[in-house]
Amino acid sequence: MSANATQITPQVVAEHGLTTEEYDVILQSLGREPNITELGIFSVMWSEHCSFKTSRVHLKKLPTQAPWVIQGPGENAGVIDIGDGDAAIFKMESHNHPSYIEPYQGAATGVGGILRDVFTMGARPVANMNALRFGAPDHPKMRHLISGVVAGIGGYGNCVGVPTVGGEVNFHPAYNGNILVNAMTVGLARTDKIFYSAAAGLGNPVVYVGSKTGRDGIHGATMASAEFTEDSEEKRPTVQVGDPFTEKLLIEACLELMASDAIVAIQDMGAAGLTSSSVEMASKGGVGLELDLDKVPCREEGMVPYEMMLSESQERMLMILKPGREAFAEAIFHKWGLDFAVIGTITDTGRLVLKFKGETAADIPLGPLGDNAPMYERPWVPTPKRAALPADQVAEPNDYGAALLRLIGSPDMASRRWIWEQYDHMVMADTIQRPGGDAAVVRVHGTSKALAISTDCTPRYCFADPVEGGKQAIAEVWRNITAVGARPLAVTDCMNFGNPQRPEIMGQFVGCIEGMAEACSALDFPVVSGNVSLYNETNGTGILPTPAIGGVGLLDDWDRMATIAFKAEGETVVLVGETLGHLGQSLYLREILGREDGPPPPVDLVAERRAGDLVRQQILGGGLSAVHDLSDGGLAGALVEMALAGKIGAVIEVPGDVEHPHAWLFGEDQGRYLVTTTEPLALLGAAQEAGVPAQVIGRTAGDRVVIGTLADVALADLELAHEEWLPGLMA
Amino acid sequence: MKSAVIVFPGSNCDRDMATALEQIGGTPPAMVWHGDHDLPDGLDLIALPGGFSYGDYLRSGAMAAQSPVMREVVRAATRGVKVLGVCNGFQILTEAGLLPGALMRNAGLKFVCRDVRLRVENAATAYSSGYAAGQEIRVPVAHHDGNYFADDALLERLEGNGQVVFRYLDNPNGSRHDIAGIINEAGNVLGMMPHPERLIEPIQGGTDGRPLFESVLATGR
Repeated sequence: MSANATQITPQVVAEHGLTTEEYDVILQSLGREPNITELGIFSVMWSEHCSFKTSRVHLKKLPTQAPWVIQGPGENAGVIDIGDGDAAIFKMESHNHPSYIEPYQGAATGVGGILRDVFTMGARPVANMNALRFGAPDHPKMRHLISGVVAGIGGYGNCVGVPTVGGEVNFHPAYNGNILVNAMTVGLARTDKIFYSAAAGLGNPVVYVGSKTGRDGIHGATMASAEFTEDSEEKRPTVQVGDPFTEKLLIEACLELMASDAIVAIQDMGAAGLTSSSVEMASKGGVGLELDLDKVPCREEGMVPYEMMLSESQERMLMILKPGREAFAEAIFHKWGLDFAVIGTITDTGRLVLKFKGETAADIPLGPLGDNAPMYERPWVPTPKRAALPADQVAEPNDYGAALLRLIGSPDMASRRWIWEQYDHMVMADTIQRPGGDAAVVRVHGTSKALAISTDCTPRYCFADPVEGGKQAIAEVWRNITAVGARPLAVTDCMNFGNPQRPEIMGQFVGCIEGMAEACSALDFPVVSGNVSLYNETNGTGILPTPAIGGVGLLDDWDRMATIAFKAEGETVVLVGETLGHLGQSLYLREILGREDGPPPPVDLVAERRAGDLVRQQILGGGLSAVHDLSDGGLAGALVEMALAGKIGAVIEVPGDVEHPHAWLFGEDQGRYLVTTTEPLALLGAAQEAGVPAQVIGRTAGDRVVIGTLADVALADLELAHEEWLPGLMA
Repeated sequence: MKSAVIVFPGSNCDRDMATALEQIGGTPPAMVWHGDHDLPDGLDLIALPGGFSYGDYLRSGAMAAQSPVMREVVRAATRGVKVLGVCNGFQILTEAGLLPGALMRNAGLKFVCRDVRLRVENAATAYSSGYAAGQEIRVPVAHHDGNYFADDALLERLEGNGQVVFRYLDNPNGSRHDIAGIINEAGNVLGMMPHPERLIEPIQGGTDGRPLFESVLATGR
């Protein structure tokens, strides 16, 4: 039987997720009917995941340029210049569908995949982050999913020896049938040793390294491009299986080879495996490729071209070497116990030709495969604006102290210690701000510099108003990075949305992009890499729109870094930024009153920047002892977190002109920070000069959090409420 | 002071260990690949770093203990060269028979990464003379298999000989007798689960790991 014996019927085409129109374009592109291998290649390359066919038109609106951007979107990861010949390379990617079906392996291979995207560019990975969204905590599947995802992220990251330094977690019933697992890796390289993926050099060898190819993960990219139904669990065999030990060896072997000049181009085999790596490398370089599939290292007997090209076996890379350097490279990979095989050569035909057992298994013109890829401008409707929700329409708590305890122990605010203690967050010994702060901070080894890294997004804001929510996600990451004293430089995004064929979902996507673009421009915070995950729906119910943002900033001198912990008693607590008392979509509203109402807080990007620049300048000038940005839970939430981190209480007075104390305490107005200082007059003077509202609201003292006559709660009680929720859920 | 760090496939604290040795001792250690059959001449200290040698497949440390270079490490230890095993290094030392007992899966079954408090039980060893006896220190752990097991007879012997060097004050893994680190009878081989190399500068959150390296360096050869 020939390897391509399967007949192409309309049913086979449909099973590959291709529409009739798309199939017609394939017929035109080839000038004949495809065989099954060719159909498989078209289907994965034109899947939503690989082709960005729905999102491309809109992603173009995001700013991607800045003087410090070395490489924007379009490569394996984004690259920014951090001075002195150093570059930071980073990206965030989703592994949502696999993680719901098989949480441990789904999350683990998500980490493995994003690590490869970064070290394939020549960087040593130095930090992992993750942005997780789970369903209602009491949903029957959720504990299984949480424990599996956390163990999977830890199991992979701990073994490869890259610290998992932080992240974020939200819980909402909208994720009950479709959790989100977004993983981010940050790496460091020298600016003159960055590796790209464009193939070049007629006759140069195409080399396969890493693990052998098995039958796992076939059609993963196609699965990630369709909605879920009850029987999605049957797709478990399409989830890949990770081997972090091999990944660790692959990192070391690649970095060792990269120290030489033997590599022309390199790309990892991620989604759609050998297909996407070979097609993308050849297309970017404008060359053809001929691969001899008999030479592909296979884990199983009798694999056919269709399987080899669509396998998503993990821990594999494709490289173009300079001629004559094969033996040199092979020795390095063999030293690390990894497979190394020359599987093809670069041609000038502009075609991808696959040979197998003496026959041509596929022959595809690369131009049409890329140029004719579908691109859709799907219809969309804007999300209707919500009516304002004034504070007098929101009830005060009966007991402020009880509300504080409840809020600090609520699913979205409770301590994540149970999670991050399962991650090695200190390996490499350069983690100088551990999980629990506004941003993780990791030193650039052997220098005075450090990277500040944060992931954030507030999906309930995005759902209520995608434009403001998109703005807020960018602004909050920028604020988190600022709050440790770093200069925010660039972001990666992971766009998680429902089914884009529904105009209201498409409207969420378009709205979030619009808000993000506006914030990125206003804050000089360009997008340098990203990933789109659509069809996050189960049985027609979409997730909350979740444009998860991962940002990176630079501290020139890590000695100046700020942290959230109160440092000493008797210091002045100052609120920086304007407080209007916006309670719409606040955590207070949801957790205390059980309402998800109103518009999210608007983001004034000019005020945001002004307040952030002031706070950063004050941190670097040594004027502040503790800094925390205000987000979930507003002023009250930040105050408690600072007190708990420092194990020092505070006495706060509600200013006399405040009409609604609950709005002042729990409102989630943007662009604000809570800081402590021993020189309040200097800070207030600087704030006035900068045009930033700033107000003394109290001082650090004792072991209780006292808010005027409204609340007086022992730190020990707050700590218990904050710390016991997640271990209690998972016990 | 001449030192070496052994690098196994899957070691991932090798560079951290090298950084600590160089920062405190002034000279970088030799990095020795597991497949090498020879150690550099005249070593005073051999460090087995943390990580997941061979992916922790089979049992943590079991395969690394069979590496070619380990035969040389055992020979050097027998000659009295100091051998320090941290985390996976401790696991390898028990698998190689250089230290008694075994390290099992944590009692909580989860990987644990956090600072733990230790008590220095014996400050009269080559690795702990920089601490005071009974001193309380804080050092991070990061492991899945740190649950030290020894039978009653062995425990009695370890305790009686003063071979328990570090003891947990808040046992993170279920180790018998709260044992965090032990030394061999000859006093030249130390294994411990906590990572002293991660806490040598104030910015890392403390410097309680530093005296361990200073102790070794002070004893010299």
